[in-house]
Amino acid sequence: MYAQMVKTDTKRVRSLDEMEPQERAFQERIDAGQKIEPKEWMPEDYRKTLIRQISQHAHSEIVGQLPEGNWISRAPTLERKAILLAKVQDEAGHGLYLYCAAETLGISRDQMYEQLHSGKAKYSSIFNYPTLSWADIGAIGWLVDGAAIMNQVPLQRCSYGPYARAMVRICKEESFHQRQGFDIMTVLAKGTPEQKAMAQDALDRWWWPSLMMFGPSDDASVHSAQSMAWKIKQNSNDELRQKFVDQTVPQAKYLGLTVPDPALKWNEEKGGHDFGEPDWNEFFAVIAGEGPCNRERLEARRKAWNDGAWFRDGLTAHAEKQAARRQASRIAAE
Amino acid sequence: MSSEWPLWEVFIRGQHGLNHRHVGSLHAPDAEMAILNARDVYTRRNEGVSIWVVRSADIVASAPSDKGPLFDPANAKVYRHPTFFDVPDEVGHM
Repeated sequence: MYAQMVKTDTKRVRSLDEMEPQERAFQERIDAGQKIEPKEWMPEDYRKTLIRQISQHAHSEIVGQLPEGNWISRAPTLERKAILLAKVQDEAGHGLYLYCAAETLGISRDQMYEQLHSGKAKYSSIFNYPTLSWADIGAIGWLVDGAAIMNQVPLQRCSYGPYARAMVRICKEESFHQRQGFDIMTVLAKGTPEQKAMAQDALDRWWWPSLMMFGPSDDASVHSAQSMAWKIKQNSNDELRQKFVDQTVPQAKYLGLTVPDPALKWNEEKGGHDFGEPDWNEFFAVIAGEGPCNRERLEARRKAWNDGAWFRDGLTAHAEKQAARRQASRIAAE
Repeated sequence: MSSEWPLWEVFIRGQHGLNHRHVGSLHAPDAEMAILNARDVYTRRNEGVSIWVVRSADIVASAPSDKGPLFDPANAKVYRHPTFFDVPDEVGHM
């Protein structure tokens, strides 16, 4: 999940009867499956929660470019390099679609950047892990983008129109990401013993962080309950995690790789896999900024933003000069 | 902090013969850059043959609260739809 543990300001989800008429009408529209559009009335907490979730999602796409960008110059073939470039460019595009959706809720792009760069806003825990070998690029596409798809497909039905529409575009492109990752894994897994060992090592390192992407169990969370009532969230974290494991285990088997979980086994009765619990202490530490790459990621973002300031200002100055020239020649012509 | 680039709305003509459709928005310092950015952000997979960009600030939109006064009157004018009129079977296609 690219947005983890998004908080609402809710203490308790209220029933329709407890709501003021305006809020009740709003909730009834959501219950009826209608989309909420920018500038329409919405509860302040709905707006704030969406800003938190969409901006966190956008930040994840943007920061998510960094671990993969690490391998663009070291991709094993020119074709792999071109594919990886296209994938990383997609991630930038996804970030931009999402920032636009968040801006319709009344926060500016620069405010969101500021929140990311100051460390106030979060992004997905997964991007704070290092990409140590080329196989990691395969594992990220296969597992991380695979987990993201699990989460993003239901978000296409989100109650907020601009977010839902951004997700439709993103989901179309995301499938390419997962397949290119699986393709990398397939080639390595069917390759030399050394290559296969690389693929196994990448799976060993990315498996648990991928399961953590869905966030801890939220069955008892009032925030999740509220987000579900608003149709910002459609499935519980555990539901999505189960789906992800059930989908991914046979793929690992096809690759001839071993999922690093001794507790993993098929449970005929529930029609799904039983599996172990991720290390949530690690998850909370990464979220709190103590992951292997948190500092590096934020520093790279800040550096890109600060080093680009002269260029952004230059383009603005050029645009202003051109506008002034057009104005002057118009006046001269009159 | 330097000033933020203005917001532009992007419209793409998907194929020849179709209307331009709103696809999203982006920030750019001027119209020329907005078109270039729109090419990269919204047409990475051959989604279009033509792009329009318009400053978001220049768009005038109806207010959500005007929905009733603007659109309700049409509800009472069902005769504007051809299905309002019965055409006898003997007449055939009309």
